[in-house]
Amino acid sequence: MYVAVKGGEKAIENAHNLLAEERRGDTEVPELTTTQIKAQMTLAVDRVMTEGSLYDRDLAALAIKQARGDLVEAIFLLRAFRTTLPRFATSEPIDTGAMHVRRRISATYKDLPGGQVLGPTFDYTHRLLDFSLMDDGNETVAAEDKRFEPGEAMPRVTSFLNHEGLIQQEQPGDDDAEVADLTRNPLDFPAGRDARLQNLARGDEGFLLALGYSSQRGYGNNHPFAGEIRMGEVEVEIIPEDLGFPIVIGEITVTECELVNQFKGSATEPPQFTRGYGLTFGYGERKAMAMALVDRSMRAQEFGEEVVGPAQDEEFVLYHSDNVEASGFVQHLKLPHYVDFQGELEMVRNLRAEQQQTQLQKAGE
Amino acid sequence: MNQAQTSSQTLEGYNFAYLDEQTKRMIRRAILKAVGVPGYQVPFGSREMPLPYGWGTGGIQVTAGVIGADDTLKVIDQGADDTTNAVSIRRFFARTTGVSTTERTDEASIIQTRHRIPENPLSEGQILVYQVPIPEPLRWLEARETETRKMHALEEYGVMHVKLYEDIARFGRIATSYDYPVLVNDRYMMAPSPIPKFDNPKMDNMPALQLFGAGREKRIYAIPPYTKVESLDFDDHPFEIQTWDESCALCAAEDSYLDEVVMDDQGARMFVCSDTDYCEERRDQGHIGSMGTPQAAE
Repeated sequence: MYVAVKGGEKAIENAHNLLAEERRGDTEVPELTTTQIKAQMTLAVDRVMTEGSLYDRDLAALAIKQARGDLVEAIFLLRAFRTTLPRFATSEPIDTGAMHVRRRISATYKDLPGGQVLGPTFDYTHRLLDFSLMDDGNETVAAEDKRFEPGEAMPRVTSFLNHEGLIQQEQPGDDDAEVADLTRNPLDFPAGRDARLQNLARGDEGFLLALGYSSQRGYGNNHPFAGEIRMGEVEVEIIPEDLGFPIVIGEITVTECELVNQFKGSATEPPQFTRGYGLTFGYGERKAMAMALVDRSMRAQEFGEEVVGPAQDEEFVLYHSDNVEASGFVQHLKLPHYVDFQGELEMVRNLRAEQQQTQLQKAGE
Repeated sequence: MNQAQTSSQTLEGYNFAYLDEQTKRMIRRAILKAVGVPGYQVPFGSREMPLPYGWGTGGIQVTAGVIGADDTLKVIDQGADDTTNAVSIRRFFARTTGVSTTERTDEASIIQTRHRIPENPLSEGQILVYQVPIPEPLRWLEARETETRKMHALEEYGVMHVKLYEDIARFGRIATSYDYPVLVNDRYMMAPSPIPKFDNPKMDNMPALQLFGAGREKRIYAIPPYTKVESLDFDDHPFEIQTWDESCALCAAEDSYLDEVVMDDQGARMFVCSDTDYCEERRDQGHIGSMGTPQAAE
């Protein structure tokens, strides 16, 4: 007698045990600690925190360990944890002008107040595998490390342009208006800039990178300059209701990118530069730049440009940027679909039978 | 084993049914609106769940919103209680709520489902929660949400009728076998989720409350009890459901939706009920299919 496939429960349990075993790997090798991940896989931790929308290096490290290094899976773990956390306050806007800068570069000026600060960048390394890292116990050369204090003059590049009125002004929002939060409210169109930027900040780095790239290759007509990229630490403040004045609750590392784009002007607006904005937790320069490209692209309608490329299409970008949503829906194809497939089987068989019937009739005539 | 089972161990550190009370209240508000406007897709603040999108996060949130400590929950996928995803979701609620779970359709107060409606008719007081991947019936005809919302507002459903007509022109029949569009309460066009069209007639005038949750797309919609649900068709091409020449090989049912099981690589196959509870109940009653054996007394 045929027994229908049973035992889903046992199968799941076994799969979980196998997964745990694979994660641990060879037990002869010491287990990886979350402290090591936190200290030495910092860029992975940064990405997981950014796209996971939760600034917590310990939990991000734990998620990376649990996900066996699969960062999209780690982001998913962090998001699922974040969703259970209560909201006790909304922070004041962070002031990146008052950053403890560790890296700051501008591609639009050779030199500028505050200077160019390379910081810990891959940019000018030769990508040659360093076989000495195969061995343990490597000593690093002590680097000259300078962290700029907020007091030191390091004005933003966009503010120089602003003095001359050469760059489009960002209109500050209403202070009392609530900031959009896509984790609490569904996306609605047209989406405000706040909702867009939140979506992009949480969006998949690879997706934004490709979209940003496409806008540079003619699908959206983006001709940007890296006005400024800065990375460093900023303070996070909240105003507790019973105090009524801001207090600092901690310091976070962020990367900020401001792109400057040309704009030829319109009937009502003089020619000027326009902006695209990107911000990530930690050191996420590639993501911040891609985000700024896509942010600017999506402002096409605002500046009266024709929407021709996917990067300029708000619905297309915002609906497909989230890797937790995308990963889930793509992979749900693994779930059983045999009921629907049975319906399709029946349909195709019927259609084929009818076609054969028609052909037989025609042959008979 | 079909007796309702109660889980003794619940997950520590998490609220009843995982979500916090504020979130559950927000979901219930969306459900109330959905019930008030049958078939209308209500946007809601869908949360990130510990299960992946596409795995039933919408259905899970709806169930979490309505479930109480004295509910009895049944979870099915493809009509079966023992498919891995159904097991996983049932276990999720057992762990986070401690409620009783069951495999019996008539014992359940809430049934969460993916892709099927149980064969046994549901009754008043029961809630059927559907997991929905794409809530928008017009999505394949119009990709933009801004457009489809307008089309619903204006009751502008011409494109769907044109699509169905084109099917008939090309194939001589409407070539949609699942997620077959329906009109609810003579007003809103609605996606019934990817249930086979075989199940569509069960939605019409159902005594139970039908709730639909789409987590990734952040929409909830509903069909209140005893509401008219009409599958779209034409006078000269009336709506039809699937039929089989075979009956269930285990319980001999001729009125149920059958799954085709491939037996070998020579083309041998058998057909069995997709609804495992229905099949088991029939076998308990002594019905024996061509490949079944009499049930041993337990």
